[in-house]
Amino acid sequence: MSDIFAARSQMAVSLAFHIVFAAIGVALPLMMVIAEGLWLWTHDAAYLCVAKRWAKGTAILFAIGAVSGTVLSFELGLLWPRFMGFAGAAIGMPFSLEGFAFFTEAIFLGIYLYGWKRVSPPIHLFAGAVVAVSGLASAMFVCLVNGWMNTPTGFRLVNGQLTDINVWRALRNTAGFPEAIHMILASYCAAGFATAGIHALLALRDRSNRFHQHAIAIALLVGGSAAVLQALSGDALARVTARNQPTKLAAMEGDFETRSGAPLRIGGLPDVHTRQTRYAIEIPDALSLLAFHSPQATVEGLDKTPQEDWPNVLVVHIAFQMMVGIGTLLICVTVIAARLAWKHGTLIESRRFLQLLVLCSPLGFVALESGWVVTEVGRQPWIIYHIMKTSEAVTTMPGLTTPLVLFTGLYLILAAIVIWLMSGHVIASPSEAEIRAIAGNEVALHARP
Amino acid sequence: MHAPEMLLALILMVSLTFYALLGGADYGGGVWDLLSSGPRRQEQRELISHAITPVWEANHVWLILVVVLLFAGFPPAFAAMTTALNIPLTVLIVGIVMRGSSFIFRAYHTGDYRTERRWGLIFAIASTVTPICLGVVVGAISSGRVLVKDGVSVNGFLAPWLGTFPLMVGLFALSLFVFLAAVYLTIEAREPALQEDFRRKALVSGAIVAAMALGTFLAARTGAPDIYSGLLRPSLVWIVQGATASYAIAAFVALLTRNYKVARVAAMLQVGLILWGWGLSQYPFLLQREMTVSEAAAAPPVLWALIGATAAGLLVLFPSIWYLMQLFKANDEDIPLH
Ligand code: HDD
Ligand code: HEM
Ligand code: HEM
Repeated sequence: MSDIFAARSQMAVSLAFHIVFAAIGVALPLMMVIAEGLWLWTHDAAYLCVAKRWAKGTAILFAIGAVSGTVLSFELGLLWPRFMGFAGAAIGMPFSLEGFAFFTEAIFLGIYLYGWKRVSPPIHLFAGAVVAVSGLASAMFVCLVNGWMNTPTGFRLVNGQLTDINVWRALRNTAGFPEAIHMILASYCAAGFATAGIHALLALRDRSNRFHQHAIAIALLVGGSAAVLQALSGDALARVTARNQPTKLAAMEGDFETRSGAPLRIGGLPDVHTRQTRYAIEIPDALSLLAFHSPQATVEGLDKTPQEDWPNVLVVHIAFQMMVGIGTLLICVTVIAARLAWKHGTLIESRRFLQLLVLCSPLGFVALESGWVVTEVGRQPWIIYHIMKTSEAVTTMPGLTTPLVLFTGLYLILAAIVIWLMSGHVIASPSEAEIRAIAGNEVALHARP
Repeated sequence: MHAPEMLLALILMVSLTFYALLGGADYGGGVWDLLSSGPRRQEQRELISHAITPVWEANHVWLILVVVLLFAGFPPAFAAMTTALNIPLTVLIVGIVMRGSSFIFRAYHTGDYRTERRWGLIFAIASTVTPICLGVVVGAISSGRVLVKDGVSVNGFLAPWLGTFPLMVGLFALSLFVFLAAVYLTIEAREPALQEDFRRKALVSGAIVAAMALGTFLAARTGAPDIYSGLLRPSLVWIVQGATASYAIAAFVALLTRNYKVARVAAMLQVGLILWGWGLSQYPFLLQREMTVSEAAAAPPVLWALIGATAAGLLVLFPSIWYLMQLFKANDEDIPLH
């Protein structure tokens, strides 16, 4: 295995692993806060039980997110030292701000998880809200970095060096904020549907339980609204890509030819040898319309770029189809859920619907990972778009297969343990008596003078 | 001194100091978990876990701050370190992953004694290996062998760090963290018997710290000659060394006389001053002999922006940390975490 391939694979493995925990770290605190807020408002003990159960899961998942994130911040240097030496000053600002977001997140999560008996209920709720906001902020800052790699700005390139770096202009790069919004929504969407699916699985066995009813309602509220907004935000992001990274857009669509009135393709397999995308359903003019708001607009195809600078078209295209397909599907599920809630006032009456939720539970995360494959593989061969090639950035350290194998193995083991722990200790139906006991403690505690 | 690169270097040193004083003690706690013994070994372990649980993630962020400020403000130094010190840094992050995850996994096995112990063992071993790696990296930086030209490490990938001096610094760092943890735990412990356990551990590890300090100094003679000769020349370094020694003695005396709060302050000052003594003897180099702070620094506007952002961040951070510590560390009442 070549060292550069090993380095890229290690980066991909580490990020794909971290992102799962990061997305949960963004979304679960919001869901916990909603549940706890509803408990304080309605005094229905089942809400408190939901908040506590999710908090227990968050404790494990956050810790894994924190250590895998630390690995990443070192890996940027360990794998791509020349990228960091070259661009560290330009992307350092969002990373530093992210550092402070991590601080508030970790501090208030400590208070939230271990301070139930030490602070008053409103302060406890406030601590949870701070965690939710800082999670959102850390996701935003890291996407601003990634946006800079896609649309680098805020410097002059003199003799192959970045000079006159303006960190604030670099931070406000074109792709950054659209990516950040899309990523934050993706976190809500993925974590919301995953949580709803898990509770649906338990509710199928224990259908009268209010606990699952409440959990599913909150998770779908968060995940479903995000899914709907995601289509809008994805469309906005695609237009940013069309203007700034036409080669990537062409790869996403499997468009080999530049033409006006370009069609939108659903499915299909691009073949780089024949330069054709076969077996796709084509909607005439739709891509021109979506990307440039005019049915006759010209959309650049891959033919505008020399073939050695193409990304892997097949991977990018399929990943993009998966993301959009799942996005559409989850919007449909959201509509069904809204109708059920409107007509019957409950989501757990229908077995069919619960089964549907179970089937959908991994899909949000699949879409999230595919979206990142689109962004990252679609940017190749550049690490900084049109400025630095990935091959120029890699470390000179030999034998990179060893750390790749090491970290892949480590993460596989960690993933297995996390799943096993979660299924044993967090994913379970509480009995009505347990729900009361939890609330009873809480009431007794705060009734104390 | 008003140059922005020096200001940012100071901020880096401050963050590193916080990491050593807070995060370092969490590693030390892990080592004491490994070394817990006697009739109260279970109580000792529970005390350690109770002390670490609510704060270790926040303490850990200081390290992340050090890393991001380093690559944001001094990109070529970061690139050189991550290239030449690739191996110890890789071991370091594996250690960080193992420590954090085994600690949290163990928390879910209370009651199941055998599984709990197995996670506890991984936690304790990772808590021992990680500080050694940190020290090795610091020692390598001081030894003047981290030299990278055109992205290639001139001294290869082993020579920059594989030597007596970096290893001694690693062991020295470990002993400091272990000592700090024992001193803190004398205050965390509510029962007199437990307190006595940790007092004894603090005294023993304090003596080891002194021995390690001497050993590191001697190893510096060949391993880090620039630092060694810097220490021998009369300068500000001497004053810092003198202060370090007096706080070390003060910590010892306070432990002997059971003045635990005094011992804690003295030990913190001692460890902090050791770090600052190191920083002073490095000056003006960031990578000893090869790259000065100014050579490594990004352009002044970038540095000022980072300094401004850090100042704003610290304004939010310090009250939050203070609140966290008030909740979990200042309380004399014994409130369960769950
Ligand atoms: C739950 C996850 C999820 C869902 C349902 C969607 N996306 Fe997405 N998408 C992501 C999760 C995601 C992501 C993983 O979060 C990405 C990777 C980079 C980024 O900022 O967001 C992403 C990137 C991404 C890009 C890449 C832009 C670039 O790098 O140049 C485009 C064009 C879209 N999305 C468009 C869409 C559209 C039109 C959707 C229609 C429903 C959609 N996404 C649903
Ligand atoms: C889009 C991708 C990413 C998102 C959305 C994201 C978001 C987050 C979030 C929300 C956390 C909080 C921890 C948790 O909830 O589990 C976190 C942790 C962390 N992330 Fe990421 N991250 C991403 C990629 C990265 C990258 C590329 C790096 C490194 C360069 C990184 C470094 C870290 C670090 C160091 C932590 C630990 C913070 C702590 O100790 O609290 N992350 N990330
Ligand atoms: C968290 C979700 C992410 C995933 C799943 C992901 C996935 C990937 C993949 C698949 C690659 C390899 C691309 C290839 O070689 O074809 C890669 C490379 C890389 N990614 Fe990401 N990425 C994510 C987010 C980020 C973010 C937020 C950053 C920046 C802060 C980032 C920085 C990099 C870098 C520096 C490389 C290596 C250089 C390159 O291949 O261009 N990634 N990532």
